[in-house]
Amino acid sequence: MEFVHRRRRGAELFLLVLSLAVGIGAYVAVGLGVDGKVPTNLYTYGGWLTALVIAAHVTIRIKAEYADPILLPIVSALNGLGLAMIHRIDLGMKANDPGYHELAASQLVWMTLGVLLFIIVLVVLRDHRRLQAFTYTAGFAALVLLLLPLVPGIGRNIRGARIWIHLGPLSFQPGEIAKVLLVITFAGYLVLYRDALALAGRRVLFVDLPRGRDLGPILAMWVISLGVLFFENDLGSSLLFFGMFLVMLYVATERPGWLIVGGAMFMIGAYLAYLVTAHVQVRVDAWLHPFPVTRGSYQVVQGMFGMAWGGLSGRGLGLGSPQDTPIASSDFILPAFGEELGLTGVLAIILLYGLIVERALRTALICRDNFGKLVATGLGVVIALQVFVVIGGVTKLIPLTGLTTPFLSQGGSSLVANWVIIALLLRISDQARRPPPEFDDERPDMDSTQVVSMR
Amino acid sequence: MNRPIRNLAVFCLLLFLALMANATYLQYFQAKNLTSLTKHSDNTRVADAAFAEPRGAIIVNGRAIARSTKSTDQYKYQRVYPFGSEYAHVAGYFSKGRLGGVESSENDVLTGDAAGLFVNRVLDTLGNQPPKGGDVVLTLNAAAQQAAYAGLQRLGKNTRGAVVAIEPATGKILAMVSSPTFDPTRLSSHNFTASSNYYSRLLKNTLAPLNNRAIEERLPPGSTFKLVTAAAALSSGKYNPESLVPGGATLDLPQSSSVVHNESRGSCGGTKITLTRALDVSCNVAFGTVGIALGGKALLDQAEKFGFNASKPYFTGLDDSLTSQVPSVFPTGLNAPNSALSAIGQYDVQATPLQMAMVAAGIANNGKVMKPQIISEIRSADLDVIKPVDSVPLNPSDPQAVSPEVARELTQMMVSVVDEGTGTTAQIPGVKVAGKTGTAQSAPSRPPYAWFVSFAPADNARVAVAVLIQDANVERNAISGSGLAAPIAKTVMEAVLNQK
Repeated sequence: MEFVHRRRRGAELFLLVLSLAVGIGAYVAVGLGVDGKVPTNLYTYGGWLTALVIAAHVTIRIKAEYADPILLPIVSALNGLGLAMIHRIDLGMKANDPGYHELAASQLVWMTLGVLLFIIVLVVLRDHRRLQAFTYTAGFAALVLLLLPLVPGIGRNIRGARIWIHLGPLSFQPGEIAKVLLVITFAGYLVLYRDALALAGRRVLFVDLPRGRDLGPILAMWVISLGVLFFENDLGSSLLFFGMFLVMLYVATERPGWLIVGGAMFMIGAYLAYLVTAHVQVRVDAWLHPFPVTRGSYQVVQGMFGMAWGGLSGRGLGLGSPQDTPIASSDFILPAFGEELGLTGVLAIILLYGLIVERALRTALICRDNFGKLVATGLGVVIALQVFVVIGGVTKLIPLTGLTTPFLSQGGSSLVANWVIIALLLRISDQARRPPPEFDDERPDMDSTQVVSMR
Repeated sequence: MNRPIRNLAVFCLLLFLALMANATYLQYFQAKNLTSLTKHSDNTRVADAAFAEPRGAIIVNGRAIARSTKSTDQYKYQRVYPFGSEYAHVAGYFSKGRLGGVESSENDVLTGDAAGLFVNRVLDTLGNQPPKGGDVVLTLNAAAQQAAYAGLQRLGKNTRGAVVAIEPATGKILAMVSSPTFDPTRLSSHNFTASSNYYSRLLKNTLAPLNNRAIEERLPPGSTFKLVTAAAALSSGKYNPESLVPGGATLDLPQSSSVVHNESRGSCGGTKITLTRALDVSCNVAFGTVGIALGGKALLDQAEKFGFNASKPYFTGLDDSLTSQVPSVFPTGLNAPNSALSAIGQYDVQATPLQMAMVAAGIANNGKVMKPQIISEIRSADLDVIKPVDSVPLNPSDPQAVSPEVARELTQMMVSVVDEGTGTTAQIPGVKVAGKTGTAQSAPSRPPYAWFVSFAPADNARVAVAVLIQDANVERNAISGSGLAAPIAKTVMEAVLNQK
């Protein structure tokens, strides 16, 4: 009897109940901490959150019954925590400035939109391999999206980075959607050309370096990343796109030489950026010398103060001052958790992200087709790199670059894009865990003729 | 493709481990440093919390010079300073984002966060009591402090000067006053705009009222430095108090066209006078000659034994982010003419009032210089003594700056200064006082500094004092150690001696 993955939908439901307890419990704790009473809209809020999560769960039961049972509960817990913290920071800001525009309600709307897209992806996309047909369409769309913020009239420059577009009342970060499209593009491209790229080149010091003529795609991606960096002043996205591309290239070709060549190219690019743009110099300077506090290092230092003030167990939700850190609800939401939930909470959150990445890579390992492997790997790496860059930045492990913390940060485009990423991962894992179709026993050599690749 | 995916998983694991390790470093290992108001007084989170809890008191002679009282404004407690400006530079101030003095250096104790108060903190929490900070008891003597403060205030509000009094046997600071001063209550107001405005006005004031001149200002010690030169001379064995030294009107400096004059522009009372007489009249020619004879190295060694050129600050009682204690300096590698100038406390010699008080205290304590200290003990809110502070020599491996015999001879010479020399204004009826005046030239264009160092009673000293008047609103020719500084030193010594 061949090994068959269990569906584990019951386990998923149980974990979802726990995740809702975390999210709604955090919301109640914020109310108790700030006002001393349970929030009046607890039932509507809790009911809405529960409805969204149950809708997602039911969709999985119907459309992807073999999908990984852990991803949705993790995402539900993170999103619930994020909403509670954004609400908490809203309350803190409102106490200082009654005219402050609250963000939590619109974040809930974005979450609803995210879950809706999540459901649509699972319903419409019956098999992830269909995406391979959109390799070049996705790539073109991604390029257009990346260029949009540079278009006069709709592009906006916010806090030094030109990565926003404004259409009427809506503001949007197209780069967040572009990263999903780029994963599909890279996967489709690499599945076709991996053998060519994997041809042995020169061997230097135990490392196979690629041939010069195969450097084309990597050069193109390097130029695009640097373009994002120089024209949009967005170090974080630039690192994210290039890192994702390099890792997928490495996985597709199984040649670490690409990592070395690409890593060196990125170093060169980053150093050039440091020399040329003041924006990057300020960030690096604030990272190396945060004290005494300057305008450049104020935000990072406030985040560090908050985390230190939280200590091991935190001040308790609603009992710290996370609103003292500028832009606490988006980039600096992790220090807010550090302040109010302590090191314990921060480690738990980092572990949750670690689990998402682990589930994504596990899906890639058991996936039967190369395209699915590459997409799952790419999506997992996008989350890993994004979490590392943003959390490392706000905790002063690396220079600060503006990126959102997936599922926690306030910001609609990021939230929606991340829900789509999870839907894609669930779709691939459903395919991977589903028992293979039965074959006719009279033709036992059917399997052996199915081999497509020797690797 | 599975092998690279597995490698990638390991790589991602490392990334996440790095994040976790860094968060742990920040929130556990660095937390104490980052939430210390002493090091990061701009940490508003900690400062806000500090306003919500009562701090311990700072106590001098059983009375609080800083304490927390219930407040009715947005915070629960207000810091008050019952003695106003008198203890301003020592007690410091406690404002949002800014702390000074003991309020800053002993912040851990006052908030109750110090390691020694941990058990009390836990008991408070278990007993559902509000946490209480510990008290800091200072070594200061209220009468001496009052006398020093009054003495400087009498010279005018804008007088720049400082007074330090030390108990020679223990190194305990009995008085520490700096002028001009400020009002700590105004700085600690909960009206943060007002306290901020006051703070920036104090910062802009060219007289630098926030500076504790007793430890933050170093100036040429002038003739008071002749005590160190005399100590080096007697310790060398080449001189005794009766040795004859040149006492003429001028000293031609070797390798140079410069000439050293006496302060009086006349002779010191003969071409050859005794070393005692030279100190009595503060003879520049005599001590310049001695300085050349001893050489720069001998002077340097002697000065360092008293605490000059310390590699790190030896007075840790007031260390915080705003107070920067300056070390006193004696130049190295001196040639003959500069040795002569350094021997009379000019050229590049610079000392803080605290340093000159330690020179006097060292001589008074049989040549043994004690480490100065201002914290007498740390107490919990229930009055248990958590940490008594012991007296230790400044330099434990070599505690004697001079031998007891040399100290005795120097004391005799200093008594002579007060009895029949330049220091007669410091005489106290019925008490033998030892002292030395100084009137240091800074530049010809500006008035000299007046110094006086002394101790009493001479044979069993209970107090050593250094007074520096940097400038006061008086005529230039009225500025002298004996005229301005010595009377203040006298009242401080009397204040200590009149007790018990």
